[in-house]
Amino acid sequence: MPDFLLELRSEEIPARMQAKARDDLQRLFAAELAAAGLQAGSVTTYATPRRLALIARDLPPETAAVSEEIKGPRSSAPPQALDGFLRKTGLTREQLVERDGVLFAVIDKPGRPTAHVLAAAIPTIVRAFPWPKSMRWGAASLATDSPRWVRPLQSVVAIFGEEIVPVEVAGVRSSATTLGHRFHHPGPITLGGAHDYVEKLRACHVIVDPDERAAIIRTRAAELARDAGLELIEDEGLVAENAGLTEWPVPLIGRFDEAFLEVPPEVIQLTARVNQKYFVCRVPPRNGEGDQPRAGGGAVATGATLANAFICTANIAATDGGAKIVEGNRKVLAARLSDARFFYEQDLKVPLEEQAKKLDKIVFHEKLGTVADKVDRVAKLARWLVEEGIVTGSNPVPATNVRSLPGEGRGPVTVTSQSEAPTPQAVSELDPGLRRGRAESSREELAALAERAARLCKADLVTGMVGEFPELQGLIGGYYAAAQGEHPAAAEAIRDHYKPVGQGDEVPTAPVTVAVSLADKLDTISTFFFIGESPSGSRDPFALRRSALAVLALIQQHQLRFKLIKALTLAWAFRIVQITENMNEASDRVKDELKGVVDEVSLEKIATVQGIVPVVLASFTNSQSTAHATLATFFADRLKVQQREAGVRHDLIDAVFALGGEDDLVRLLARVRALQAFVGTEDGANLLAGYKRAANILKKEGWTAAEGAGEKSLSYTPEPEEAALRHALDSAEPRAAAAVEAEEFEGAMAALATLRAPIDAFFDKVTVNDPDPAKREARLNLLARVRDAVHRVADFSRIEG
Amino acid sequence: MTEPLSFQRMILTLHQYWSDRGCLILQPYDMEMGAGTFHTATTLRALGPDPWNAAFVQPCRRPTDGRYGENPNRLQHYYQYQVILKPSPPDLQELYLGSLAAIGIDFTRHDIRFVEDDWESPTLGAWGLGWEVWCDGMEVTQFTYFQQMGGFDCKPVSGELTYGLERLAMYIQNKDSVYDLAFNDRPSGAVEGGALANRAAEDLRAHSPQFSYGDVFLENERQMSAWNFEVADTDSLFDQFRKHAAECENSLGRGLPIPAYEQAIKASHTFNLLQARGVISVAERQAYIGRVRDLAKGACQAWMEKNGWAA
Repeated sequence: MPDFLLELRSEEIPARMQAKARDDLQRLFAAELAAAGLQAGSVTTYATPRRLALIARDLPPETAAVSEEIKGPRSSAPPQALDGFLRKTGLTREQLVERDGVLFAVIDKPGRPTAHVLAAAIPTIVRAFPWPKSMRWGAASLATDSPRWVRPLQSVVAIFGEEIVPVEVAGVRSSATTLGHRFHHPGPITLGGAHDYVEKLRACHVIVDPDERAAIIRTRAAELARDAGLELIEDEGLVAENAGLTEWPVPLIGRFDEAFLEVPPEVIQLTARVNQKYFVCRVPPRNGEGDQPRAGGGAVATGATLANAFICTANIAATDGGAKIVEGNRKVLAARLSDARFFYEQDLKVPLEEQAKKLDKIVFHEKLGTVADKVDRVAKLARWLVEEGIVTGSNPVPATNVRSLPGEGRGPVTVTSQSEAPTPQAVSELDPGLRRGRAESSREELAALAERAARLCKADLVTGMVGEFPELQGLIGGYYAAAQGEHPAAAEAIRDHYKPVGQGDEVPTAPVTVAVSLADKLDTISTFFFIGESPSGSRDPFALRRSALAVLALIQQHQLRFKLIKALTLAWAFRIVQITENMNEASDRVKDELKGVVDEVSLEKIATVQGIVPVVLASFTNSQSTAHATLATFFADRLKVQQREAGVRHDLIDAVFALGGEDDLVRLLARVRALQAFVGTEDGANLLAGYKRAANILKKEGWTAAEGAGEKSLSYTPEPEEAALRHALDSAEPRAAAAVEAEEFEGAMAALATLRAPIDAFFDKVTVNDPDPAKREARLNLLARVRDAVHRVADFSRIEG
Repeated sequence: MTEPLSFQRMILTLHQYWSDRGCLILQPYDMEMGAGTFHTATTLRALGPDPWNAAFVQPCRRPTDGRYGENPNRLQHYYQYQVILKPSPPDLQELYLGSLAAIGIDFTRHDIRFVEDDWESPTLGAWGLGWEVWCDGMEVTQFTYFQQMGGFDCKPVSGELTYGLERLAMYIQNKDSVYDLAFNDRPSGAVEGGALANRAAEDLRAHSPQFSYGDVFLENERQMSAWNFEVADTDSLFDQFRKHAAECENSLGRGLPIPAYEQAIKASHTFNLLQARGVISVAERQAYIGRVRDLAKGACQAWMEKNGWAA
């Protein structure tokens, strides 16, 4: 069966779009074939900067003939009905077939030549092609609906078997002619078809298969590095990009001035990669030298020694072996690196503390103040996290080390003051007992470091280097901090406080970094939620979901024990402090300006402007309970997403969250895990069934038990199974409660498990809806007790199955 | 090997090349502007249906790029070579490569690449798709198919080539600093006009030394950098910005899109100077850009209306 070749040759297709374009071509082509009832033996796609191609093997020469039967009127129907049917089908009465008194039209559709199907498919595919960005061009673009393609389309090759499929797309007529490499083979090439496409183009210096080009780049770049006594720093993204920029890739190695190695290696690598698409190399470690930190890198050295070499990928086998190309590229890189070195040297002259002052010129969000305001909140929160003992010098705390939670039993911080917002000092004094003890001085040291690091963590945003390379934020701040003599732990925290970025990213471990990272993210989530900018659907412009996942990762990795909602509310309280300060300052300014302009009495009246403050605060307080609920739901959803990979069931997370009031996520997850283990056992499954039966009966009867009703002594002699269940509850309830209190959730589950047999027996032998109203009431109350006992551990009604 | 082209001969060669291919050879617009695209021969002529092919050199002023003559690659004043072809011809890439060959780039030894770079001018309300053209890793040309100008769809689309003349010259002459470029060359041989004319030419040559780019422009870079960054009176600049904006609207009110457009260009350059003086905050910056865009769009719209072109 014949093969089909399609090549759409255009001006240079952006490298980043080529892989998806191949997929789209394959998909659209398959859809067109399927619509015609055709199927190819196999379909392969190719892409280079100048062409997108497809080869479909073993296509039938024509589509299969189809016979279609259409049901018509009954043979006894009035003539109008028959006439209508004949008009519709274009047949005569004699051509209809009668079966069981009903007329049928049988229409035979003969097979269509596949070439015709292809001729119709090509323009459809081009029109429907979903390029991320497309354009109009040339004389045809005088019209509004002129053809669109990623860049001007130059030629179309469409050959089915040996025959050209005649089509016209975007003003271009199909032919068997294409072009080879732009410089190696400038003339036209005539193709025979699918069979000679790949090899004929290769002979004209075009490798149409992107995977083959990628392999050449990967292998050759590694060889060049090795021959120079170096190691290539692998970068698959760069391999793909260079493969998308070349039809005949030729990697070449060059050297740059060693003096540039003063600049941090990440900066060099980024400049080379982003601006020039070059690979860089490292000096292979010799024995015993592998872990030597780089001179000048201080606490944040990566340990890798960058070599003064780059590998560029030319699109030509130059007649001089590439000497001029390497020389040209070396110059460009030198100019880039001298710019980078200029920024580095300039930035180093300005202490980060000075840079940080400029952050009050950058708006963070119109309702959340400047970046300086954000930094101030993060610093206070980071300090609080340490002072409260949430982040300690010895995190991670082993999971078995169960201790009472700081602030346990207290509600979330609420802003209650009528005249003043809570100051951070006032807030931390909520738990004065924690600021005692032997560890106080080291805790204070850690708190001071966390605050210091937080105050400097965004300062690099205003440096020249980050202006040039935004990707370096954090990292470069770490370098500057270390070079300017900040404490190594603070420098590390500045470097890594954006981490973890996305699932799978490294989670910081150093306590100072953990405090700053957590504070930064809690502030972001909290403040955006409180101003009503929570994510919805696919809209998450401030990446709050990602921040939440980072918070979860930090909490779990280090078993951080704290009340999440309380911490989030505190972050918002810090924002309110800023708002009130702004308002007070503004009204003081007005008073100052009016002093002597208006009389004293009027001035006093103006002072009442400050009366706005409590009003505003009250409205913030009112909005808190809704914000708490949405925050809890938000984190529950994030937790479900995050735990899915670990195999934790989402309905069990719901079952624990539904109890309400639990926002210590470490404890919550421990309970979920115990619950999951329990429902997986036979006892658990049966208890769940018993619970559901009890809950259903209660629901059906609309029964609400009075407080303690299930424990009242009975006016009748209970059935043995009824008595046994009462006894089981008497013993299980306090044990489950005590175990929950002690955070021994397996123990709580074990206590519940003892109910399983008595419940089964109860349902087996005892009639709940007894004709005796006293018995009915007592038994319904007993079922309510069962339900409530189970609810001490989890809301079993949320459990599926 | 032939001697590489001097800066001025490179321009003459490009003029000859594009003139031979039917372009009008225009002169620079006599106003300060940040890019050749601001020239009315590009901006206004890119609008409407009429064919238009032109080439010209445009001096560009980018006050914030000044480095007091100390950076070998950065200048606050430099030259762009602009070619605008409307509608974009089907073989624009080949035409462009021909011009590179004309100024001495050998494609068998150099690596020419078309790397995605979509162009956008927020102050002109314009955008297009295209590439930056790399020669051995250096961006030598911005190659754009205009899709919109002044907020209007380009019907038809123009192709715009913007050559960075200093970069190309540094490349061709193999110089590491822009200031070392040979500005002129020392031609020899006969000129037209007979023996007398030839003797006169010889005399003149004998008295014309070789000039470098630095000989011509280094002192300008020093003084203009100082003025742009340190001296320019900002109150006066703010005042000028307001006045240019007002004058733009005044001209629009009188149905005069070209003077209105000139005032928009002036406002744009004044804004660039204010930027260099560091007196425009991050928050204000967007507002100023928006203001200039509104002026430029207003002028483009008036130009469309004056010519009776539908949007």
